[in-house]
Amino acid sequence: MRTVKTGVTRRSVLAGIGAGAAATLVAPKMALADKAATDEAIAKLAGGAKVQEGKVKIQLPQIAENGNTVPFTVSVDSPMTEASHVKAIHVMAEGNPSPQVASFTFTPTGKATVSMRLRLGKTQDVRAIALMSDGSVWEAKQEVKVTIGGCGG
Amino acid sequence: MLTRRDFLQVAAAAAVLTGGPGLARAAARQTITQDALLEFKPVGQVTLLNFTDIHAQLMPLYFREPSVNLGVGAAKGVVPHLTGKDFLKAYGLKAGSPEAYALSSEDFSGLAKSYGRIGGLDRMATLVKAIRAQRPGNTLLVDCGDTWQGSYTSLKSRGEDMVDAMNALGVDVMVPHWEFTYGEARVKELIAKLKFPFLAQNVKDTEWEEDVFPHTAFFDKGGVKVAVIGQAFPYTPVANPRYMIPKWSFGVRDEEMQKRIDAARAQGADLVVVASHNGFDVDRKMASRVKGIDVLLTGHTHDAIPGVVKVGDTLLVASGSHGKFLARLDVEVKDKRVVNHAFRLMPVFSDAVTPDADMAGLIAKIRAPHQDVLGKVLARTDGLLYRRGNFNGSFDDLICQALLAERDAEIALSPGFRWGSSLPPGADITMEDVYNQTAITYPNAYRSEMTGQLLKDILEDVADNLFNPDPYYQQGGDMVRVGGLSYRIDINKPIGSRISDMTLLRSGKKLDAAKTYTVTGWASVNEGTEGPPVWEAVASWLTKKKVVNFGDNKTVKVVGA
Repeated sequence: MRTVKTGVTRRSVLAGIGAGAAATLVAPKMALADKAATDEAIAKLAGGAKVQEGKVKIQLPQIAENGNTVPFTVSVDSPMTEASHVKAIHVMAEGNPSPQVASFTFTPTGKATVSMRLRLGKTQDVRAIALMSDGSVWEAKQEVKVTIGGCGG
Repeated sequence: MLTRRDFLQVAAAAAVLTGGPGLARAAARQTITQDALLEFKPVGQVTLLNFTDIHAQLMPLYFREPSVNLGVGAAKGVVPHLTGKDFLKAYGLKAGSPEAYALSSEDFSGLAKSYGRIGGLDRMATLVKAIRAQRPGNTLLVDCGDTWQGSYTSLKSRGEDMVDAMNALGVDVMVPHWEFTYGEARVKELIAKLKFPFLAQNVKDTEWEEDVFPHTAFFDKGGVKVAVIGQAFPYTPVANPRYMIPKWSFGVRDEEMQKRIDAARAQGADLVVVASHNGFDVDRKMASRVKGIDVLLTGHTHDAIPGVVKVGDTLLVASGSHGKFLARLDVEVKDKRVVNHAFRLMPVFSDAVTPDADMAGLIAKIRAPHQDVLGKVLARTDGLLYRRGNFNGSFDDLICQALLAERDAEIALSPGFRWGSSLPPGADITMEDVYNQTAITYPNAYRSEMTGQLLKDILEDVADNLFNPDPYYQQGGDMVRVGGLSYRIDINKPIGSRISDMTLLRSGKKLDAAKTYTVTGWASVNEGTEGPPVWEAVASWLTKKKVVNFGDNKTVKVVGA
């Protein structure tokens, strides 16, 4: 992994990003994204390729303990060779001011794994998109609940 | 399956002998004996004894199982989401029988007169000792947690009375949830006092994601290498105050669980037991995703199930709450597999079991300095008081009415805890009874202003913790209780559209999303919440009322059950 570009935001992109990582934070837009806006952004990134489920694995809590810093890991099943590797991973959060939270570009070496922390203001789907060297596009998503909390058993 | 043999015969015979339901009950009670409760034909090399969610109850008590305990999605209409007559039918239990009294809500007030109190740690100790004597070297006693919290003496000793009691009982291993509400420093102090492991494979430090507690303990029982892996309540920092344990992160972490199991097998475990505070539906899902758990002892949701529930090759045991039951599962292990098992969920009928003298002595010593508070009579109840159930119980209605009056508010909110004992009609309400409903380390009864929209959001949020069709999103509590407010809930709808018709009872008008209301409540997870401890407000109100009578709550309309 060589470079990291974070798309939007008030998000704290913290731990686990490997050597050579560089983060760029952009000021937030105020209107919240939604599923339609996220779908549109993903379609644009995919550049006309069909977005398939699989290959991408995300690790997230089902319920956030602290919406301000939600641990998140994404990994993509790939040999990471010249012939077959992950070119980019894009992280999207549907309920954020702009859906594209972070983007990571890769060169064919090592493992396609990224750990970071997200800030999630409310319950929403977090989606990770992988663009592969063969032009295919893969996705995984999971809902993270951000609760008011306080009535457990 | 439990006791059909013993109890059904007893109940039937009693009914014939006496010819009247009242007398039949009395006769049935006489014939519940300690020996009959303990009767069990041993199987295999390992005897697992299990209790859970004792909630610091050292003394015999009344506890009514829920009449409403709804399941959604795949859990609809299956155990533990069967109640009342449906439950009795599913397990072939006879109405009015001792196990119907212990396991269901049917005719609870009537049967309580005959069968009396249940539990008491001195009775539990008698049963444990008897089984250990029968199976020395084979027996493993597992506590699935919520042990240190829930009574006046546990609150005052900050959990220490229960640590002493569990050491005396000879518990072999435990897992936590409410234990964490004493805060990080106190939890560490108490663990240092424990004579057995405190396991939590799913707790990591927030900084480096490293294990905070041991995850696995090994035991040699009857020539079998037993691995016990512990699972803490996954949503402790969400359901309880995070500020008390800011450095610890939880979660279900079932992939991690799989690694622990594989590691235990690699170290030669013949039998893998998971002691879990996930809650039953979460454990049922985990058992379907994780391979290699032989026995899953489940806690948290307080379900008492008189038979083993099988998920794939995993045997699930749910042993109730409040010290009502001791579960016994005998397993025969061959070539690292369970090839045979026998199970019984023993109700600890307080009047039938002789108290263990050593434990009775310890309990007396724990309680002696507090007798003035514990025994103080505040009022009397003419109706049954209970909490457990998905929606407002009568004890919650009492607390809400007390808060509305004492804090001068329009609406009251009270947490949907599943712990809290019951009181039969005619009982005195003592200060101890009030603490049994309220003994927490964040008890302040706040008074604040909330908009109609915020109140709707709170109800929706809690309803989704209970009725999300994916168990991994459930937190295992019941619905938040309300006073001064009525509402309608459709449990099958998604979050945001379950709750409707929210009506302020004082005015009879629908809640206005933009309008501000005066709200009182307790058990806020926010740091710095102000107000008197909830037990003070409740005691003050009860002292003035002298006699209370709450029926079943009529203000929550449930749809889609």
